[in-house]
Amino acid sequence: MKLLEYQAKEVLASLGIPIPPGRVARTPDEAAAACGELGPVAVKAQVPVGGRGKAGGIKLARTPDEARSAAEQIIGMDIKGFRVPLVYCEGALDIASEVYLGFTVDRDARANILMLSARGGMDIEQVAEESPEAIARLYPDPWRGPLDFELTQLVFEAGLGRHARALVPLIKRLYRAIPEHDALTAEINPLVVTGDGAIVAGDAKLETDENASYRQTALEERYGGVLEGDPYEVEAKKRGLTYVSLDGEVGIIGNGAGLCMGTLDMVQRAGGHAANFCDIGGGARAEVVENALTVILMNPRVRGILINVFGGITRGDEVARGLVQARDNLRMTLPLVVRLSGTNEEEGRAILKDNGIEPGASGWEAAQKIVELTR
Amino acid sequence: MAILLDAQTPVIVQGITGREGAFHAQQMLLMGTRLVGGVSPGKGGATHLDVPVFDTVAAAVRDTGATASGIFVPAPFAADAIMEAAAAGITLIACISEGIPIQDMIRVKAFLRDHPQTRLIGANCPGLLTPGQAKIGIIPQRFSSPGQVGIVSRSGTLTYETMAALTAAGMGQSTIVGIGGDPVLGLSFSDVIALFEQDQETTHLVVIGEIGGSDEERAAELLGRGSRLHTVAFISGRTAPEGKRMGHAGAIVSGNRGTAKSKEEAFKAAGVAVAETTADIVDLLRAAPGNLQSVDRAGATARRAEG
Repeated sequence: MKLLEYQAKEVLASLGIPIPPGRVARTPDEAAAACGELGPVAVKAQVPVGGRGKAGGIKLARTPDEARSAAEQIIGMDIKGFRVPLVYCEGALDIASEVYLGFTVDRDARANILMLSARGGMDIEQVAEESPEAIARLYPDPWRGPLDFELTQLVFEAGLGRHARALVPLIKRLYRAIPEHDALTAEINPLVVTGDGAIVAGDAKLETDENASYRQTALEERYGGVLEGDPYEVEAKKRGLTYVSLDGEVGIIGNGAGLCMGTLDMVQRAGGHAANFCDIGGGARAEVVENALTVILMNPRVRGILINVFGGITRGDEVARGLVQARDNLRMTLPLVVRLSGTNEEEGRAILKDNGIEPGASGWEAAQKIVELTR
Repeated sequence: MAILLDAQTPVIVQGITGREGAFHAQQMLLMGTRLVGGVSPGKGGATHLDVPVFDTVAAAVRDTGATASGIFVPAPFAADAIMEAAAAGITLIACISEGIPIQDMIRVKAFLRDHPQTRLIGANCPGLLTPGQAKIGIIPQRFSSPGQVGIVSRSGTLTYETMAALTAAGMGQSTIVGIGGDPVLGLSFSDVIALFEQDQETTHLVVIGEIGGSDEERAAELLGRGSRLHTVAFISGRTAPEGKRMGHAGAIVSGNRGTAKSKEEAFKAAGVAVAETTADIVDLLRAAPGNLQSVDRAGATARRAEG
């Protein structure tokens, strides 16, 4: 789960990392009140994507009236596909310098990597590309976490030795987000050194692992409902389906993530675009297929459906019967092309044909057919 | 002669009394896998599928001499199951369980550094299969046939589809290894390719990758440094939008990293043929040197064995 800035900052604060004073505002009046309380504030859109400043999602307000009108403009605006549900009004900081601090999963190393750089406030990926030596890195042992001397080395290596006394314990606290919240990525950019030498988190990103949600209920319960998210993805999640929303016109159902992706690629190659896809996993039983079809059809942009199922353990005739049943139960009228392969594929195709469903001999042929039918 | 697993390998299943574990253990037996026992804490002393059940992996290893294990336990217990197997001296682990927290896998990887003799496949993978001999995991054996094409893949069903297409074309396989779709995995593409490189009976190789991470790029680098294998690569997810997780936890394009394009270009630069669709894989293998078409069509044996 990607947390919003104010949520991430609440988590940081709970770990003992200083954050600037701030208030969440769901209405312009609340924003005005926050400014009245805190003085000049930055009114910040809360969306789980970067680049909100450029999109007009951050405005400075000196007076409650300015904060009110800023919030009026920002709440409800669309930033990269996310409707802004609320703003965070945060007191201004006296910035002396900006530092980058973060950790993430380094997939190649199969480990967590801690990163620290004196070049804060910039896009860290750009820093990494232009001057990789400006980023100090540490791979902490995942069983015991980073040790003090390792962090001291990291801080000096980043050229921030003069702040070692404050930074070493702060990095240690940030790292606790891994064992305590199953965090995958945390980023404080900038970590602000103020005029009087205090260190405060100027911005915050935090992403937790959905695989760990069975043992991390607190954050999910507290923050899970704030963002509206894609309504179809929300519905699919409720039904226990793996579903991804895209923006084309062909609905896709497949079993297995790789097969689904391969099917999307073929639809695109045939000149169409996927509206979504639903991975029904290994089994492909009738009720799962029906469930998947229901969710796929919720999206009004869908003009036809391509089903690509490989029967491994499940037999093709069973899959075909399930498909026919699901289509009939849902009284589906949109074009439907099914590519069935694997165990008992001949029997399966015969059942489909008898019931007026177009079987595709290969994935590529099926993709071409559905694109033609949805043009 | 295959890599990692053959008809002699003594195998146990952790989670053998569970629904999935029991079903697939039976399939493994049907194929001829030398299944010597199962593990299910609290059920030691029982017999399941005619093999003894043990409370711990250590007890199973002591009594049966097992060297390989398939793990079918629920995700919250899977990381511990992997470490238990490694600590008991198991040298080949295929973890089928899906949905293991990533931080658990990072700790497992660190733990396995103290057990360098242990190879982990997965998690969130279909396991591995040596046609006509044995399998650990859930790969449907009826599409396999013995031969000289190695397959290594991040996907399940795409692998089955490729196997089936190869078998239908008379191209048998040496071993099929599904390394899994998670961001933090056991064996990488490069690890498995290095094993195939050592196996004289594997002459051709199919690499099935997908978006996310850079394991494919590293594999391409390895192959580019010189390989006796005639390799075809396929990458799924070329139309995936940035930042979307495409079904597999590990299938995500971040910024311009992890794209299908970068992976395909890496393979092309290494002189590896790149298939545009799975159907092209067979054609590209046929076009490769090594006269694969002459391979005996032996899929029927495997099909009969499954019943």
